[in-house]
Amino acid sequence: MKFIKNYQFSLVRKSQKIVLYLFLIILTLGLFEALILSPEDYLQGDSVRIMYVHVPSAWISLGIFSLMATLSILVIVFKNKIFFLIAKSLAPSGFIFSLVALVTGSIWGKPTWGTWWAWDARITSMLILCIFYLMYLIAWRIFESKDYVTKITSFIAILGFINIPIIKFSVDWWSTLHQPSSVNIFSETTIHSTMLIPLGIMTAAFALFSLLIFLMKYNTELIKIKNKGLDRL
Amino acid sequence: MISELFFMNGYGYYVLSSFLFTLFCFLGLYIITKSQLTKEKNKFIVKFGELNSEQVKEAKKQKIYKEIIATETFSKI
Repeated sequence: MKFIKNYQFSLVRKSQKIVLYLFLIILTLGLFEALILSPEDYLQGDSVRIMYVHVPSAWISLGIFSLMATLSILVIVFKNKIFFLIAKSLAPSGFIFSLVALVTGSIWGKPTWGTWWAWDARITSMLILCIFYLMYLIAWRIFESKDYVTKITSFIAILGFINIPIIKFSVDWWSTLHQPSSVNIFSETTIHSTMLIPLGIMTAAFALFSLLIFLMKYNTELIKIKNKGLDRL
Repeated sequence: MISELFFMNGYGYYVLSSFLFTLFCFLGLYIITKSQLTKEKNKFIVKFGELNSEQVKEAKKQKIYKEIIATETFSKI
């Protein structure tokens, strides 16, 4: 295929190793900060440490889905196949992060709220996001026709994108068990720096992991296309 | 000190199970993605080996074919 330039494979392959080592270094630092150095919360005690895996997972799963929806719009507008290849390669890590956010949130809910699950607006909308990821991944497996699967997956991503602002603002729009945001870009952050730093490090580590999985998946997709190319020779 | 680290004032079970679940998910996803990549590379090597000399000449005009074969030998990831 013409859109795959030769340098892409080489670049993706080389960057995998760098990203893997960076991820391992930052994750080790993040775990040390999160489990040992960071203080306990005055109200939640040590259970607040769950935040260091729960919050970055939620942020990254939302970010990846937003990116997938944007790429899906670009697929429809520009008809460029590279965009759906990128969106397809992003989906597995996005799904895992949404699952981690749900499960760790549930574990955190037990000592904090006294229940593993509540049909709360934030938690339910997060579950819907996880279902959208699952539908996206299943669609790639069950539909054979390339044109059809591109349309279906783009539709799922764009439809699922409606859910993203609902997740973000659910804690403001409805009275929920889930607490409002503590980290804000446009208003004051209500979290102390001793907790904000490990949170930032863990977010960086998780972002690097999603980048690593994306690069590996993207490389797999490139080889798949080249395999089909060999059949045509 | 170590028992305090694991006990975490009674929250150790919740905290450590959250971290372990996350790490298992990461490890699982990494292994699956890696095995898919290896499988596709191996498929490519087999297919490339079945080409006749004319087809190999044609294929080698593209740098990416040579790179895939090279990474099969050298990549440790």
